[in-house]
Amino acid sequence: MKRGFLARFAAVPHIVWSVIFIIAPLLFAFFYAFTDGEGSFTLDNITRLFSGNYPLIFLNSLCLALIATVICLIISYPLAYIMSRMSRRAQSTMMLLIMIPLWMNFLIMTYSWMTLLEDTGIINTILGKIGLNFHMINTPGAVVVGMIFCYLPYMVLPIYSVMAGIDPKLIEASQDLGASSREVLTKVIMPLSLPGVISGITMVFVPQVSTFYISQKLGGGTFQLIGDTIESYFTGVSINYHFGAALSLLLMVLIIISMGVMNRFADPEDMNGRPML
Amino acid sequence: MKTASRIYLALVFIFLYAPLAVMILISFNGGESTTVMDGTSLRWYREMLRDGATLQALQNTVVLSISSAVISTILGTFAAMGIHHMRRKALRSAVMTVTNVPMMNPDIVTGISLMLLFVFAGTLLGSETYLSFWTLLIAHITFSLPYVILSILPKFKQMDRNLPEAAMDLGCTPLQSFLKVELPFIAPGILTGLIMAFTLSFDDFVISNFTSGSGFETLTIHIFAMTKKSVKPDIYALSTMIFFVVLVMLLAYNFMTGADERRARREREAKARFLRRLRKETAGKEAA
Amino acid sequence: MKKIINAAQPALRRALALAAAAALLLGSLAALTACGASEGTDRVYIYNLGEYLADGSEGIFDCISGFEEYYEELTGRGLKVYYTTFDSNEDLYAKISSGASGYDVIVPSDYMVARLIAEDLLLPIDLEATCEKYGAECYYDNIGPEFRGMYYDPEDEYSVPYTYGRVGIIYNTNYVNEEDLGGWDILWNEKYAGKILQFNSSRDGFGTVQYMLGIDVNTTDPADWELCLEKLLEQKPLIQGYVNDEVYNKMESGEAWIAPYYAGDYLFMLDVNEDLGFYYPEPTNIFVDTMCVPKGAPNREIGELFINYMLSEEPAVASAEFVKYASPNTVVRESEEYAEELGEEAMEILYPEDFDMQGEIQANAYRNLDPETLELLSSLWEELKISGGMPSHVYIIAAALAVLIAAAIAFGVIKRRRRSKWW
Repeated sequence: MKRGFLARFAAVPHIVWSVIFIIAPLLFAFFYAFTDGEGSFTLDNITRLFSGNYPLIFLNSLCLALIATVICLIISYPLAYIMSRMSRRAQSTMMLLIMIPLWMNFLIMTYSWMTLLEDTGIINTILGKIGLNFHMINTPGAVVVGMIFCYLPYMVLPIYSVMAGIDPKLIEASQDLGASSREVLTKVIMPLSLPGVISGITMVFVPQVSTFYISQKLGGGTFQLIGDTIESYFTGVSINYHFGAALSLLLMVLIIISMGVMNRFADPEDMNGRPML
Repeated sequence: MKTASRIYLALVFIFLYAPLAVMILISFNGGESTTVMDGTSLRWYREMLRDGATLQALQNTVVLSISSAVISTILGTFAAMGIHHMRRKALRSAVMTVTNVPMMNPDIVTGISLMLLFVFAGTLLGSETYLSFWTLLIAHITFSLPYVILSILPKFKQMDRNLPEAAMDLGCTPLQSFLKVELPFIAPGILTGLIMAFTLSFDDFVISNFTSGSGFETLTIHIFAMTKKSVKPDIYALSTMIFFVVLVMLLAYNFMTGADERRARREREAKARFLRRLRKETAGKEAA
Repeated sequence: MKKIINAAQPALRRALALAAAAALLLGSLAALTACGASEGTDRVYIYNLGEYLADGSEGIFDCISGFEEYYEELTGRGLKVYYTTFDSNEDLYAKISSGASGYDVIVPSDYMVARLIAEDLLLPIDLEATCEKYGAECYYDNIGPEFRGMYYDPEDEYSVPYTYGRVGIIYNTNYVNEEDLGGWDILWNEKYAGKILQFNSSRDGFGTVQYMLGIDVNTTDPADWELCLEKLLEQKPLIQGYVNDEVYNKMESGEAWIAPYYAGDYLFMLDVNEDLGFYYPEPTNIFVDTMCVPKGAPNREIGELFINYMLSEEPAVASAEFVKYASPNTVVRESEEYAEELGEEAMEILYPEDFDMQGEIQANAYRNLDPETLELLSSLWEELKISGGMPSHVYIIAAALAVLIAAAIAFGVIKRRRRSKWW
């Protein structure tokens, strides 16, 4: 059937592209991770990952990213819901308004956050008038704030996109069947918006785990995250592509595992293999 | 409930726009610092408009971002469609995992591995320089694709599978059913993906740093290098200008769609008026 | 076509319009990549640190267009300069190491020059020969004898000095007591806890300790480095943060009171905040930034002409005034306009009396260390950064969240299992 033809082969250009520009570089990474300076196979890079400071560094990054992602989700979900209830024109306006901060160069935004959060910065100057002073800069909290700011739109948009596409008749039907508005929310909208939530988490968690610029500027460089570490092995004082590649591979594996768990949860199938969603 | 929503929206927007407000404020700084205001002046705007290197970098970035966004959206739309229709689950998972790799890798690894690839290819081909605008474009498309696909795929999942089939039953060719039924449904996803791809390209630093050639500098790389020596408000002025351009585009867009709705409303009202008159006349005739 | 557009919803229409506009722009892309380099125009690719050359901002001299004009006068051919910037030596190295980066002139620091020479990534420079070939005046003699024969390039084959400078202590006169000044130990002074900054760079950070303790900054003895780590660990609770370019903002606004940084950068900060003071603790780090021609340079002779041009009076003076680092160029130091522009205090700071350039470079410059020592340095720095971890409340919150999420997923999975039993 012609439709099957078009649909099935639609992904071919993408697959070709992926093989050349995604798989091949990945092979390089594997190659570097499992070899040493002379090119001979070694597992040293991998064993080194589990020694010394590295587990703690990974833990630091995962913790911060987890907190930032969850807060992003908590903030975005009601926002996406509110947006999806607005008139169509207001929705598009809202979408663009939310994306504008992303077009502002993140270096400048980070600097602006510094100006806002510093002890002599804008927020504390205002608070100083009523005698308060919060130490916010150079703390993990500031890094989380920076991460949330940078990635909030990436969480809002997929959730909103899916929510806006929920067939209003489904909601009407559930109301006809006697659901209170709270039940409509929890039993109809939430489950149906799940694919959007999963997309959002995927798009946000990963860059947050590997962030390095924000953590240096807003966190004062006093704790080491995985992004900083990997960067130092590629462009730092002691360049070691091999160990840097190993670090990246482990990071990738951790991410794939968490995404895999989530995808199974989001793409569930009943006992006969038919998708449930 | 309505007021609670309004307050919530306001809070979120204050959070999102606070640093922008700071940026706009400092762009008018009469002094040279980015933390200490020293009177107001337009000097940094004058500086930015005169600074050829920065404007060139801006132009480069815009061209790059638009090209990358358009190409990756087209590629990604077809990919999403193909992936959605894949029947074998194992193949679908495999393709999705590979697609997501650039998203899961830290930027620096993607950047460096692509650079290694290009250097390798360059040595094989014996070219004079290994990196150029085209390598940069390839890199940008590569990291934008997962985001585009991830924006469009949920919309495919959300669509009722019966709709395109129904359309074909009613006589559409597969192409028509795609264009008239599926495409409009996934259009919001495509738009989201396009905008996201553009934004990612616009702001990207690490990958661009490693895959761009000697003659093509993007805005973020340019700004990053500028910050190394005394952060001055000139780049704040540039960003503020970009912000206002985007704002104006937004207002224009709003106005245009407002025109659509206003026209629709007028038509509806004219129709209602006509029907009312018709009813009155028929009522009058009956009475007579 | 029309049918498709009419049938589609407005959102789709807009998307199509966007795509059309983008296609137009793509067309102009082709025009763009072609333009800028027509017949009869030569090109040159310069890769410099950011804001490191007088570029015409705020009315000062523009070296780039100046060079284009100079070249046209000299050869009668047009020239387009592609001037791009990097932000650290290590980034530069990453770009150059492939051997065919496409740059004609780069500006690495002393230790990086040594490394590039050792790895055969630079081309020899012969300014006099190139100048003779083009009939240009050679300005290489503007570099005095005290700037020749540096350790990293003993025969002056590969590099031409551009700027130099030393690290000092910048402090806020409003808050810092005069008695505490004079040495490196001010960075460990508990009185100013939370207001002290430290370099966010392993070499420079360790350097502050090494200069303080009188250890050779190029030592290869691991015990020395471990000792320095201990001192840095002592310092960690006292500092506000490890910073690089944030130092400007933090010192200017008074957020921090003490920072080690370069003399020229102090002059920038002084312009904004007059309450800042500066001194050199002895000994201290000295650096030299140089211009080089990398291997594989497509237009190496034009690159050499550029280096030569930057040694001539107008570009050199304008750049030295703009960058505010010390200049190795005799013409600059003797220029009255330059001395006036900088002012007496700045001249004293940048060019102290009886300064033994050669001696300082021998004793106090960073050299390229061997890979083992660099690895040790890197891992010790990591240890410094990781020590103390993050405040415990971060871990507690994260753990709580993880538990909650696991519970939610388990709950959802159980519910789904139960529901599917109905099917």
